[in-house]
Amino acid sequence: MCTPFSGRGKAFAWLPAGLFSVAVLVTPLTFASLLYAADSGDKSREAESSLVSFEIIDNIHSKAIPKSLTGKKGNPKRGEVVMINRKLGNCLACHHLSRFDEKAKALPNKYGDMGEVGPPLDAVAERYDAGQLRLLLVDAKEVFPDTIMPAFYKVKGLHRVLPDYEGKPILEPQDIEDVLSFLLTLK
Amino acid sequence: MKRTLFLTLVVIAFLGALISTRTGVAGDGRTKSVAPLVKDNPLSNLWSGFYYAKTETKDMQLDDFENPGMLYVEEGEALFNKTAGKADKSCASCHGNVAVSMKEAGARYPVYYPPLKRLINLEQRINLCRSEFQKAERLEYESRELLALTAYVRHQSKGVPVRVKVDGAAEPFFEKGKAFYYQRRGQLDMACSHCHEGNYGKMIRSNQLSQGQANGFPTYRLKWQGLGSLHRRFRGCNKQVRAKPYAFGSENYVNLELYLNWRGGGLEVETPAVRN
Ligand code: HEC
Ligand code: HEC
Repeated sequence: MCTPFSGRGKAFAWLPAGLFSVAVLVTPLTFASLLYAADSGDKSREAESSLVSFEIIDNIHSKAIPKSLTGKKGNPKRGEVVMINRKLGNCLACHHLSRFDEKAKALPNKYGDMGEVGPPLDAVAERYDAGQLRLLLVDAKEVFPDTIMPAFYKVKGLHRVLPDYEGKPILEPQDIEDVLSFLLTLK
Repeated sequence: MKRTLFLTLVVIAFLGALISTRTGVAGDGRTKSVAPLVKDNPLSNLWSGFYYAKTETKDMQLDDFENPGMLYVEEGEALFNKTAGKADKSCASCHGNVAVSMKEAGARYPVYYPPLKRLINLEQRINLCRSEFQKAERLEYESRELLALTAYVRHQSKGVPVRVKVDGAAEPFFEKGKAFYYQRRGQLDMACSHCHEGNYGKMIRSNQLSQGQANGFPTYRLKWQGLGSLHRRFRGCNKQVRAKPYAFGSENYVNLELYLNWRGGGLEVETPAVRN
């Protein structure tokens, strides 16, 4: 139970068993401190956020986070791993990507069962620039207020989060940058 | 020659259609959608979870001998007829012919219960009968006995369209259930509506999302290897989005149960349903 990733806990639980081996490739996690106490109340209490700070630019035409969350460039290879991992990005639960069709046949546990709840990610980098994609990953609700897509880097304003996940974003800042750099290859 | 063949085909098609409506195939929510009872239902076509189940699972549900939930129904029947508690009465002592006395209950619960000034569901009604009339100890939520009794009672309503009362004293509880349904929750920040109103019919990984209807509960889930209550399903759906679940039988869940049955008003009770 005390694996380095136990804090991230189980995969989104509707998914079949995931890939522990892949999780090992992922860097050690830095656990954010508790955001709000696990009391029985219905209202989430705001507290200090331990996330790295970032700025959302809101132009008339687009909203974006232009700067890297870590100041570093992303690694697209690792981004692909984070993306397909059912305990991390789990993006394929909802999104199809044609580039993975062949791999889905060869490695169904990793690339199989792509969902259809979100739009296909094919050529997504032609529709959005890096800053816009970063914001979509950090908090898609900034762009699509009613969306089902989880905010991958957000800990405030959530309701009744299970104690294991309290105060922790789904992905770490470098995970976001890595996934982003992979998405940018989708042209 | 050609004409006779054509006429024969027409007659066969006509008879086929007649038989299928007679047996209730049309508009049962399993093969053909049901129109909601009320206009303000956000769903314009109602589908039982049966519709989205795999063929083997459907076949298992439809065949009483294969349906593993029927074992619980039989156990429930035995419990219904067995005396319990200090009053030395069985459920049957008061409720006589179950096919008649329990025909509607499974379609109409949860109901507002004045002494407690809140809603009670079928499980809680059964426990009230135990403590008030049988002078027996209450059965634990999700215990085999309570699941069996609930399944037996609700099975008597099989085929009866769900119709719950949501006005009058029930209204504030209905409103709370509705608010729960649309409340985003958990680390994944999703509401019931995100999966079961906005995306039913679509695949989320290897699961096809249904409308999340309550008409088949208690349901036998292959994943559970057993029968489970609606509240067990609620807890599962809460935990899926990494949200803290509520207790079995909690007021929040009973209110949600009423709201869900209202959303499914018009669907037939299918207890015990089989799902994967
Ligand atoms: C539970 C479902 C779900 C998950 C998980 C999910 N998404 Fe999404 N995503 C959506 C939906 C739905 C939309 C469309 C926005 C809307 O209208 O709600 C979307 C939109 C997007 C878009 C914009 C696409 C376009 O063409 O407009 C991108 C890019 C994206 N998602 C990337 C990702 C990545 C990368 C991940 C994983 C790290 C991910 N999504 C995980 C449901 C999901
Ligand atoms: C992340 C997606 C998701 C969310 C959010 C969600 N569910 Fe579900 N739910 C599922 C999946 C997947 C299943 C199994 C397949 C199906 O029947 O849809 C399911 C099944 C159900 C069922 C069983 C249906 C049947 O016919 O057996 C009910 C009832 C249900 N959900 C109610 C709810 C309620 C109420 C909520 C909110 C408290 C909720 N769900 C939130 C994904 C979700």
